[in-house]
Amino acid sequence: MKLPYERPTLRKLTAGALHKFGPRPGAAPTTALDGVPVAELVARFGSPLFVLSERQLRRSYQAAVRAFGTRYPAVQLAWSYKTNYLNAVCRTFHQEGAWAEVVSGMELEKALLNGVPGPHILFNGPGKRRADLERACVVDAVIHLDNADELHLLLDVAAGRAARPRVALRVNLDAGTYPQWDRFGFNLENGEAWQALGRVVASGRLALVGLHCHIGTYVLQPKAYGTAATKLAALALRCQRELHTTIQYLDLGGGFPSTNTLKGAYLPAADTVPALDEYAEAITGALLGAGFPSDELPLLVLEAGRALVDDAGSLIGSVLANKRLADGRRATILDFGVNLLFTSFWYDHHISPTREFSSQTEPTVLYGPLCMNIDQLRESIALPLLAPGDTVVVHKVGAYNMSQWQQFINLRPNVVLIDEAGAVHLIRAAETLEYLQQLERVPEHLL
Amino acid sequence: MKLKPNIATSEAGFIFNPATGDSFAANPLAADILARAKTGLDAAAIKADILARYDVAPGQLEKDWDDLLAQLRDFNLLDQ
Repeated sequence: MKLPYERPTLRKLTAGALHKFGPRPGAAPTTALDGVPVAELVARFGSPLFVLSERQLRRSYQAAVRAFGTRYPAVQLAWSYKTNYLNAVCRTFHQEGAWAEVVSGMELEKALLNGVPGPHILFNGPGKRRADLERACVVDAVIHLDNADELHLLLDVAAGRAARPRVALRVNLDAGTYPQWDRFGFNLENGEAWQALGRVVASGRLALVGLHCHIGTYVLQPKAYGTAATKLAALALRCQRELHTTIQYLDLGGGFPSTNTLKGAYLPAADTVPALDEYAEAITGALLGAGFPSDELPLLVLEAGRALVDDAGSLIGSVLANKRLADGRRATILDFGVNLLFTSFWYDHHISPTREFSSQTEPTVLYGPLCMNIDQLRESIALPLLAPGDTVVVHKVGAYNMSQWQQFINLRPNVVLIDEAGAVHLIRAAETLEYLQQLERVPEHLL
Repeated sequence: MKLKPNIATSEAGFIFNPATGDSFAANPLAADILARAKTGLDAAAIKADILARYDVAPGQLEKDWDDLLAQLRDFNLLDQ
């Protein structure tokens, strides 16, 4: 029997600056996902392949409910559709009890088709069209008002309707983070939000039921959420006091980080990202101390997306080729690029081989297959000596990649869900050229 | 493939260039190849031996051989 082969390679030894950290561990192989061998998944569904773990989806959801629900008596999660609106994912969260948070007419229809009752749909987003507002009114979704033009458009839509559309006001505020997000909603500090609330209530055509804010994305300071909750609660109490309107829910938005490491971060996110419990403690502590009577606490709504789904997604890909760049660096070309792994623009994803290698690694530039210079997945990553045909697993890719992916140069691949019993379900089939071209029309003179 | 005569190699894969002070770590197969090259064995003989002992296709070995040469050249270890 012949010896296993690994290509001959050299690595220049550099001392580097002194530091307190030990050597990085070698890349441990990921041979299976939720008990299903990677090789089997690739043989059945091809490469690249997105794999979602139903077990992890449910586990993350339940962990979030536990973090907030053990600290506050009335908590409701609303699944952020834009983060991953594959129906199987949405329905898993809805089965767990999630409402839907949508940001477009298309997402609203998706939520309805997924069986979410209209009153359990929160309609966010800065770009609602008249038809979207009319549809939201018909199904009794809660409309989160983003700007004055939208408010007046809705007042127009609401005129003559038997039932008053239910609305919440989107509020942007200074939570102590920089840069302050002020593009969504009405500003609190300059009085714009209060003015809008007054107009909503005075109109008599809208039912004000909630207040909403979304302070940012991948926010690493739990304290900022505490500040936002304090300010939103004070605004709700002022509504009660001065507008004689009871705010039924406070929606603190999403923006909770996952444990993916941001590019440029000095330490891995697993070591630096606060636990969801810390965010829960900051938010619920602020609400409980805000001055609401104990039997009149508003419902706490959260629109977590990334924190619920990121860990549940993996992307399997294959090595197409290796090459050496002009400066001597190793480069590896994979069969997926930024077209599928959109989040590689801001994360240094953890990438594992899928079989055992020696401990030898080589600093490698990872490229995708696109004929575009921007298609670089990692500027430098220590990987074992991968050969063409070897597969890799990119971890924690459940958020945004399956909604922001692009049909560009290559078609989008299969997506499978591994259920809690280990059965593999195809939940989105690989695209075909026929699918791609079905909406195109060629003028007669070009036929 | 001819290494510079002053390049020191060890069985464990440590390579040292006393002219520049640079040191390198070779993986086991690269260390084996360099050790054989230092004994004066030519490329064809080394490759034939690798093909006989390792689970590798000739085409793959040729590609990797060229890549090893590129690395040695890049690290200034070859006798030009």
